[in-house]
Amino acid sequence: MKANCWYGRHKLSVEDVPDPKIINQTDAIVKITSTAICGSDLHLYNGYVPTLEHGDILGHEFMGEIVEVGRDVKKLKVGDRVVVPFAISCGQCYFCRRQLYSLCDNSNPNAWMAEKLLGHSPAGLFGYTHMLGGYAGGQAEYARVPFADVGPIKVPSGMPDDQALFLSDVFPTGWMAAEACNIQPGDVIAVWGCGPVGLFAIKSAYMLGAERVIAIDRFPERLRLAREQCGAETIDYMRETVYDALMERTAGRGPDSCIDAVGMEAHGHGAMFLLDRAKQALMIETDRPIALREAIFACRKGGTVSVPGVYGGFDDKIPLGAFMNKALTLKTGQTHMQRYMQPLLERIENGEIDPSFIITHKLKLEDAPRGYDMFLKKQDECVKVVLKPGA
Amino acid sequence: MAMQTKNRSDELRMEGAMAGHSGELTERQQSSRRAPQAHRNGDTQRFAGSDGLAKALGWFSIGLGLAQITAPRGVANMIGLSDDRGFMRYLGAREMAAGIGILTQQYQSGWLWGRVAGDLMDLALLASAFRADDARRDRLAGATAAVLGVTLLDIMAAQQHSQSDTARRRSLRSDAIRSTKAITIDASPETLYRFWRNFENLPRFMDHLESVHVIDNKRSHWIARGPGGRKFAWDSEVIEDRPNAYIAWRSTGNADVRNTGNVRFDRAPGDRGTEVRVEIAYLPPAGQVGATIAWMMGQAPEQRIQENLRKLKQLFELGETPTTEGQPSGRKGVLSRLSPVGLLEEMR
Repeated sequence: MKANCWYGRHKLSVEDVPDPKIINQTDAIVKITSTAICGSDLHLYNGYVPTLEHGDILGHEFMGEIVEVGRDVKKLKVGDRVVVPFAISCGQCYFCRRQLYSLCDNSNPNAWMAEKLLGHSPAGLFGYTHMLGGYAGGQAEYARVPFADVGPIKVPSGMPDDQALFLSDVFPTGWMAAEACNIQPGDVIAVWGCGPVGLFAIKSAYMLGAERVIAIDRFPERLRLAREQCGAETIDYMRETVYDALMERTAGRGPDSCIDAVGMEAHGHGAMFLLDRAKQALMIETDRPIALREAIFACRKGGTVSVPGVYGGFDDKIPLGAFMNKALTLKTGQTHMQRYMQPLLERIENGEIDPSFIITHKLKLEDAPRGYDMFLKKQDECVKVVLKPGA
Repeated sequence: MAMQTKNRSDELRMEGAMAGHSGELTERQQSSRRAPQAHRNGDTQRFAGSDGLAKALGWFSIGLGLAQITAPRGVANMIGLSDDRGFMRYLGAREMAAGIGILTQQYQSGWLWGRVAGDLMDLALLASAFRADDARRDRLAGATAAVLGVTLLDIMAAQQHSQSDTARRRSLRSDAIRSTKAITIDASPETLYRFWRNFENLPRFMDHLESVHVIDNKRSHWIARGPGGRKFAWDSEVIEDRPNAYIAWRSTGNADVRNTGNVRFDRAPGDRGTEVRVEIAYLPPAGQVGATIAWMMGQAPEQRIQENLRKLKQLFELGETPTTEGQPSGRKGVLSRLSPVGLLEEMR
């Protein structure tokens, strides 16, 4: 089969590799019909995340048709059309039983690596680093899906791929970020980053009862999507000082909750940004937590800072003084996918939301390297690339 | 006769390393919950307590030495000594050597005692300066008080380190490779005890074991795989058995790898199953075989036991071990083996 493989920083190639087969008896094999490039794939593309190996198949947002199931798969059968969550969960352990699926105790075969860097291992992920499982990803014609009865959900036949695909990651991720804010009537929510997760966080915040959402980015097309598709007010951080703009718009209170949908590769300007950038290049600091710093600094006293953005390692100059003295709450984590996929599928079916609004580009699987390059450079107003294997 | 003596000394080494048998082991395990124990691979933790003072003194030495070397006149003037740049620079070099020794050497006590000797020399120097006709007594008195204070700190640090260095040297002298690990498994202590008590089950989650054959209620025969397909065999006997709670065993007779181990099962709080704690120790024999085994077992023994326990957990929680072995990739030979992940795996 064809698969998009990583061969180093900014080096991708669609290669012919062996087809996946059933290894554990709870596995299923999915023939992929749609697969997307995620912002977190760019962290891998840029070489910022350790423990990726040459030849690894990328991709963790995919859906398709079941073509084979292991002996112990009970709920799914060949021919079912499914969307697959990016995180792999066993469904049996302490964490899965408490619906903390992304903290699954058993799904990461390389847990020892994660324990070295993080203290404990979270769940294994598709198409990510070996530290997080090293499972072959879904930017391919086929993928092996472990714990098939726990992860994938069936997609109704009437629902097009473009609407269902983002149940694999970005929609539930934006939703969980907004849910973590425990939104009360009248709440004003600020969202850093208007990529797909940020845009879904805005939509989700409104669906959960937010009064106003203020979105922060620098790309005009993303700010436009936030305004026109999601109903947010926007701040262009290249034109305005974020803190001042937020204080002005909330009459000095600050946003009731702040969502950092940017993560470890935030952009900014000024000395702090250059310092972070230099430290990252010298490997003194793994992440550039600019959005997180701003979010903590701007958040209303007693508010919540919710972090769906991905961080990898160690961060400097986090304003813990502000965090402590303002009595903030920090909520974060990889998304507990299985908790949200079915209810959100129902919201799509009911017409409350059509997630396909984020798609800006559709390419053949063979064009994946070009898709990454375009997405990285934000060329041609790129917000979301969907790859179509076999197209 | 010589043989017997050797065996006896092995016995002592073994017991020293493994804190005796059964009853003592249990006590030791209980204490291990409170504080990290000294291991062959991780013995430094235990001695971290007095390090702060030693480090501070080390940096103080370097700072003072640097000042004495680069600005001898200034320093001499400050303490009220007459200007002898050469001698002051010599004192500076002595300070720096002590500082570097304290900060970089594994056994710091010698260097710390060196500082104490230096302090006494300084005090003698100051005493003789007092007797000089042109003595600036106010400054000399200040300097003497400061040196007395530092001497006191040096003696404290040197004493602390003498004790911990002795303990550390003693623990390193033992050749046994000893590891403890714990995991929480979602199964009852009864179930896990029953599974473990049938030693024939151990190869199902201990990768290096090829088979265990149970001979009778106490004795069993174990076969392990070594590097290059080499096999090691030994008999083992149960030395303590408390149903649903604790099992301890040790090798008997002429084992290739003398070893002992124990496992305890405690009900985890909050209905989370069982806390399983394992302690295993090996005493490799001398010679080539011993070196091979030491190499094999010494490859992150803690990690090995941790992985074995994880496999046991997956066996009970899932019925199988999730793996990525056999999945496709676009790997192209040599390159991937040189990758950081490949190297990490080699190092395990």
